[in-house]
Amino acid sequence: MSNKKVHEPLFHIVKRDEMTFKKALFIRLLAIVAALLLCAVITMVVTGQNPISVYGTMGVGAFGTARKTWVTLQNVSILLLISLALTPAFKMRFWNIGGEGQVLIGGLAAATCMIKLGDKVPGGLLILIMFVASLLAGGIWSVIPAIFKAKWNTNETLSTLMMNYIAIQLVAFFTVLWEVPKGSGKIGIINQNTNAGWLPNLGVPSFTGSKYLLTIIVALLITAGMFIYLAFSKQGYEISVVGESVNTARYVGIKVEKVIIRTVFISGAICGLTGLLLVGGINHTLTTTIAGGQGFTAVMVSWLAKFNPIIMVFASLLIVFLERGAGEVATNFGLNQSFSDILTGIILFFIIGCEFFIRYKITFKRGGHKK
Amino acid sequence: MKKFSKLAAIALAAVSAFALCACGSKTSTANGNENGTDASSVKVGLITLHDENSTYDLNFISAAKAACEKTGAELVIKTNIPEGQEAYEAAVELADAGCNFILADSFGHEDYIIEAAKEYPAVQFSHATGTKAHTENLENFHNAFANIFQGRYLAGIAAGMKLNEMIEAGDITADQAKMGYVGAYTYAEVISGYTSFYLGAKSVCPTATMEVTFTGSWYDETAEKTAAQTLIDNGCVLISQHADSMGAPTACETAGVPDVSYNGSTASACPNTFIVSSRINWEPYFETVINAVAAGENFPVDFCGSLEDGSVALTDLGSAAAEGTQEAIDAAKAQIVAGELHIFDTATFTVDGETLTSYMADVDSDAEYAPDHEAIVDGYFNESGEGLRSAPFFDVKIDGITLLDTAF
Repeated sequence: MSNKKVHEPLFHIVKRDEMTFKKALFIRLLAIVAALLLCAVITMVVTGQNPISVYGTMGVGAFGTARKTWVTLQNVSILLLISLALTPAFKMRFWNIGGEGQVLIGGLAAATCMIKLGDKVPGGLLILIMFVASLLAGGIWSVIPAIFKAKWNTNETLSTLMMNYIAIQLVAFFTVLWEVPKGSGKIGIINQNTNAGWLPNLGVPSFTGSKYLLTIIVALLITAGMFIYLAFSKQGYEISVVGESVNTARYVGIKVEKVIIRTVFISGAICGLTGLLLVGGINHTLTTTIAGGQGFTAVMVSWLAKFNPIIMVFASLLIVFLERGAGEVATNFGLNQSFSDILTGIILFFIIGCEFFIRYKITFKRGGHKK
Repeated sequence: MKKFSKLAAIALAAVSAFALCACGSKTSTANGNENGTDASSVKVGLITLHDENSTYDLNFISAAKAACEKTGAELVIKTNIPEGQEAYEAAVELADAGCNFILADSFGHEDYIIEAAKEYPAVQFSHATGTKAHTENLENFHNAFANIFQGRYLAGIAAGMKLNEMIEAGDITADQAKMGYVGAYTYAEVISGYTSFYLGAKSVCPTATMEVTFTGSWYDETAEKTAAQTLIDNGCVLISQHADSMGAPTACETAGVPDVSYNGSTASACPNTFIVSSRINWEPYFETVINAVAAGENFPVDFCGSLEDGSVALTDLGSAAAEGTQEAIDAAKAQIVAGELHIFDTATFTVDGETLTSYMADVDSDAEYAPDHEAIVDGYFNESGEGLRSAPFFDVKIDGITLLDTAF
């Protein structure tokens, strides 16, 4: 027994000590370069296209014309807003996977006001009502799982996730209720002729950005606000303490239940605000797919940015750039949409994968060396 | 470690969610076949809801490609455009890129195309299956559709012939001649379609009945497959559909149940069960418009194609079709074109046991679904009739057809 040789595995995975910011950044850049190289090889082998011109086309897709740039910035803003909304909850180790549903419920509240009050109250007041309704709806939707978590310590990952499906079904129900024409399953543009409840365009109509500017400004304000709130306010500090250790928080006299409910309400309310922008400002209709899965994409953005609102701007930009660039590649090279999705998938895989190498290092077995 | 696995789980959830939602931009084919015609100055933009994998969108893409090839017009296609602001963005991007005729193919695109049309008065916009052009009063916004109910009726004759064959062979009794129909929504276009199909079948097989179920989506392969299977389990001996995936035809092929498909032949995937398929052929419309735009002329605000001009077409018969089907179809087709046979002849169906003598249809879209036009003229329901609108508005529930659910 005792003289049996101990088999040493080929390699060990060892947790790293805290890595310097510079070194971590270098690894991430390396990952992006590696991803682009792999994409280039795949592009050449599969399609015979020149990878440099494919990448150039991606840039054109996102920023090729003034309008394309504005749409890109608007899409970045929406993804950024949802990511920012999830962040305070994540920082508190409350896994809010319910962004999608909270956005939808906010959108549903806005659409309800537009349809039911569109011809009853003046424009400015209607928008104010929509604003309050959307924020409250999103907030309440997120607070339901938070109360269960705070009072009975239920698993919020599951409950926030499930709340998404309830929200989607509610929206589906109201879509059928308000569909025009009958049976079509579509609400269509709400108040297309009166524009009642449409959020205002900023600037003169001849300015291309006027349609897109409001969303972008709201996103900038919330980014700055969230950065300050998390880094410098007392409530932001409480969030960090609860996130680090609930017991420590209790010991220093923080009312943990109150912090959980308050933080998650803020999280849901910002999602509700995003729903308002999507329904009242951008699409002017309500569908079950209006959030387009961004409630889930935002989870990744928030994590990629390590919960830092400023880095989140770049993470959202990266994802929206890939998406819009990929679409343009499909258009110009006559490739199927799926090909661009493959490229996006590879790039994201490398970016997420490199986080592993930032946290852990691999040591290989060396012949002869024994401890 | 616990923390890490949680992180990994969330990252995984996020990635898979992203993967699921990562569709949604565009594909395109540029096609500049310059063969000397003056339509080479025309640049056509086509906006489709899905891509070539959807039989519905493929039908548009093929027609646009063929028409552009024939006339020498250039074509840009944006696929996978959702029914939201993205449709507006796609339309204005195409206009910015120099397209002078832009067509969107999905019902939910309409309002967004109207917004784009208001902004680009010099560009001609058209929306297939839409309902608003005749009331919107925009000079550059058009609708287009075709009398597909004529094609459905003829396909129904093929179904009825198949039922007769099964009765004669002793596979089923005359009372068991029950068909199944997979619909998308309880929308007039679908109701008009399944009713004309049923009437076609009934015209040759008087004991035919039909069950209809709805999926709540124009394209949901799983739901359509499940729906077809449910109908087959209910005792339906023949299936047809108005939904855009291969779900129902493949379920039929697996179960060995004869199938009448839609939007194009499914014979290659379903060699043993395919009978026939009706479809709208958009090529004549594309050609008409491209030539009009090239000449700087107007074209119809609300175009309605028919069997006569080739806009309504039937595929070749499949191996499952009964003997004599082609002759029966040809005879009925000649009668329809001659104006002797009206699909919704009120003498051929009843509503709650009564013959329909008057019906106010909702032709002009509004949120109250207010009926606004008398649709019964000269003893028949004037579906998509002159002076009304091209998109179907027949939404009468006739005897002999059972709706299994009406949730959508």
